[in-house]
Amino acid sequence: MNVVYFAWVRERIGLPHEQITTDAATVAELVDELRAREARYEAAFADISALRVAVDQELSDFDASLKDVREVAFFPPMTGG
Amino acid sequence: MDIRVQQERFDAGAELNGFDPNGAGAVVTFTGLVRDVAGGLEEMLIEHYPAMTEKALREIAAEAEARWQLSNVLVIHRFGSLQPDEPIMMVATASRHRDAAFEAATFLMDYLKSRAPFWKKETTATGENWVESTVKDEEALKRW
Repeated sequence: MNVVYFAWVRERIGLPHEQITTDAATVAELVDELRAREARYEAAFADISALRVAVDQELSDFDASLKDVREVAFFPPMTGG
Repeated sequence: MDIRVQQERFDAGAELNGFDPNGAGAVVTFTGLVRDVAGGLEEMLIEHYPAMTEKALREIAAEAEARWQLSNVLVIHRFGSLQPDEPIMMVATASRHRDAAFEAATFLMDYLKSRAPFWKKETTATGENWVESTVKDEEALKRW
């Protein structure tokens, strides 16, 4: 699936997006998998309460299923307006 | 409904004049500008999620249309590099009644603030800083 990062999440990980092959069943499992990878992911996902997630371009929750999902996006709370 | 996500600057006066109230008696508009910050703002960079942004704005505007009797809705939101005093975004609502037009415009603003996928980064002489959302922004949604 395509995993997308925005704002300081993108800066900490150092990538705007990447293709990830995963067996993670939920967003939370994907986060655990990413955190275990490298320090830069650990730095980005250290405090989940500071993050928001969109699944296939819809705002979602960390317990959301990843079944048939094509894109997951991680970002800080939005600051539009 | 007219929803625009764009990099280009817009003219709020021209947008108001071009906004068709479709016979309604009340039009309310709000324009958000880049605010200067202490230390002097050099740039505000607005990042967004292109695959999601327009869809999110349409859903928010559709929710406003479901809640109030609106004869037209306009939402413009910019992204990219902006300077102090430049317009960032604008909403316009038209309704037969002013209360509906005011309330719908406030609703749109509250939702755009924390449910539309934009992120702002300020650059001043002392460095860069991602603008953080506030508890107040989130609290503002509860009144709807």
